[in-house]
Amino acid sequence: MNIVVCIKQVPNSSEVEIDPKTGTLKRDGVEAKINPYDLYAIETAMIIKEKTSAKVTAITMGPPQAKEILKEAMMMGIDDVVILSDRKFAGADVLATAYALSQGITKLDSPDIIICGKQTTDGDTAQIGPEVAAFLNIPHAAYVSQIIDVKDKSITVECDMDETIQTYEIELPCLITVGVEIGQPRLPSFRLKIKTKDKNIDTFTMNDFPDKNENNYGLNGSPTQVIKIFPPEVRSERETWEGDADTITDRLVTKLIEFKIL
Amino acid sequence: MPEIKIDQSKILNIVEVQKLCPFGSIEVKDGKVTINESCKLCRICVIKGPKGAFELVETKKSKIDKENWKGIAVYVDHFKGRIHPVTFELIGKAREMAQKANFPVYAFICGHNIQKSAETLLSWGVDKVYCYDYKELELFKIEPYANVFCDFVSKVRPSVVLVGGTNLGRSLAPRVAATIKTGLTADCTLLDIQTNSDLDQIRPAFGGNIMAHIRTPEHRPQFATVRYKVFPTPEKLKKDGAQVISCSIQRDKLISKINIISIKQKPKTLNIEEAEIIIAVGRGFKKKEDIAMASELAELLGGHVASSRPLIESGWIDPHKQIGLSGRTVKPKLIITCGISGSIQFRSGMSNSDVIVAINKDRNAPIFQVAHYAIVGDVYEIIPKLIEKIKLHKNMEGHAPS
Repeated sequence: MNIVVCIKQVPNSSEVEIDPKTGTLKRDGVEAKINPYDLYAIETAMIIKEKTSAKVTAITMGPPQAKEILKEAMMMGIDDVVILSDRKFAGADVLATAYALSQGITKLDSPDIIICGKQTTDGDTAQIGPEVAAFLNIPHAAYVSQIIDVKDKSITVECDMDETIQTYEIELPCLITVGVEIGQPRLPSFRLKIKTKDKNIDTFTMNDFPDKNENNYGLNGSPTQVIKIFPPEVRSERETWEGDADTITDRLVTKLIEFKIL
Repeated sequence: MPEIKIDQSKILNIVEVQKLCPFGSIEVKDGKVTINESCKLCRICVIKGPKGAFELVETKKSKIDKENWKGIAVYVDHFKGRIHPVTFELIGKAREMAQKANFPVYAFICGHNIQKSAETLLSWGVDKVYCYDYKELELFKIEPYANVFCDFVSKVRPSVVLVGGTNLGRSLAPRVAATIKTGLTADCTLLDIQTNSDLDQIRPAFGGNIMAHIRTPEHRPQFATVRYKVFPTPEKLKKDGAQVISCSIQRDKLISKINIISIKQKPKTLNIEEAEIIIAVGRGFKKKEDIAMASELAELLGGHVASSRPLIESGWIDPHKQIGLSGRTVKPKLIITCGISGSIQFRSGMSNSDVIVAINKDRNAPIFQVAHYAIVGDVYEIIPKLIEKIKLHKNMEGHAPS
């Protein structure tokens, strides 16, 4: 059985800010890390690997420095890694990113299960998984909260559908996106770090893909365009209270009475 | 291939220009300024950089005929005919924009035995309800639902399609948008339409303290998802000639590789979306046990505890109680945020609340930007004092002569 995990490098925190006075960007050292939800995707792959002795490949798209998260993935037990990196992928929106990922995935040994984190912490769209599944024309289930069973030709999962929990048996190959309910991701292992430190990381560019039409990638392949960025609105009618905690809490209680909450 | 072209002669300070890029894409190599692979073509360097130094060179794409795409369609989110209220909120927004663009408003519903539900939509100011009623569509399965959705889009050709940001909508909309190869903007907080039918979509972006204005200029339909409670519920409205149209599709489009084994109703814990008073806790809490004081405060006020992302990640709070783009959007009468700094993702999930009280030690915390009452203080000092005073007030009330 082959499993593919899609992961992404994201900024460490929300440090990208616009200075409202100058209109320029404030940037104090944008550190990068693996998208937190992708850790649950890796954990899910490891749970399945333990049951089926599957081979697990992690795939990411990004600049060469995104190889760092692939190294981290190997320390968690990922067997093989590949990065999709090409200047032609720059400026990709969800559609173009999902398309490039789907092209990259078709280059791998026919995957049975593709696993994504339910969303990233930078884009927060939760769209990549379902779009990759659409391009690969395989069924998908989003918001998977538990893996119930894995068989040769199917996987049984539990999905969080807001008001209900639904259990699906899905024919393979399929794609799932997972959330934090899967269980605490394992920590990177020092033993695996030593073992995988010299492992080669394959890079695919557009020319490695079946579809080499550059109009389908990057900004060219992106229907959505960011036409402007701006800082969020600041509430103008704000009262700021500071100083003595007694005075502050007295005022707050008075307000709560005024609002008929007390 | 579009790319950033650099005119080295226009750059006087090579150290300063590197700071322009929020993604660290501007580098200096051999004394020359270059752009690396992490470039997102966001054009910030073009706008903010020295005049003429950075330029985005674009290749023109083929134009689509926008005249062939008319109307604003809303996906009707329902479970066995019970319509999710986000649907009505989206119909309200669709009506508003339809008036501006002189478009009809469509509702699209698929399921089984849903005639009644389809008819109720007619009293919400919809011009036409397109209804696909098949046994195979009784329960949500991704392939048949996506196929029916694509069929609706290709037959009706709406200019805009709005989908509620429920777990179902957030699974279905991207599948359909990718199949049609059009753009989809997730979790919009503001929507408007231009007279040329271009949809203005506003949402938080780049994981930073930034809002992005997004358009889908050369593709139709323009897909957007919006969370529940972002837009208000509109007044009911009956339009002349409003009607339900039954649609058909080939049976082979209704086959799924998913077998639903069971559907369990979740235990009836309160949805934080429905809570009128919320005490939201964040990283200001040092230990799991300390959340007890927030629970006590919530209980005294008749409210509920919710949280920002960090405490969900540390496993201290049930993931269903998360506010923000990776959780829920809330609009309570009162929210007191305690020790939450307020990322844009969090603020997007609560900034429409009636009254926002924010407690944080850092007087520059971004949460204060959306607060009505900004309390600069330590939650470990403020909350216990507040609890004490509320108890005192309640006791006094209890003792007051009637």
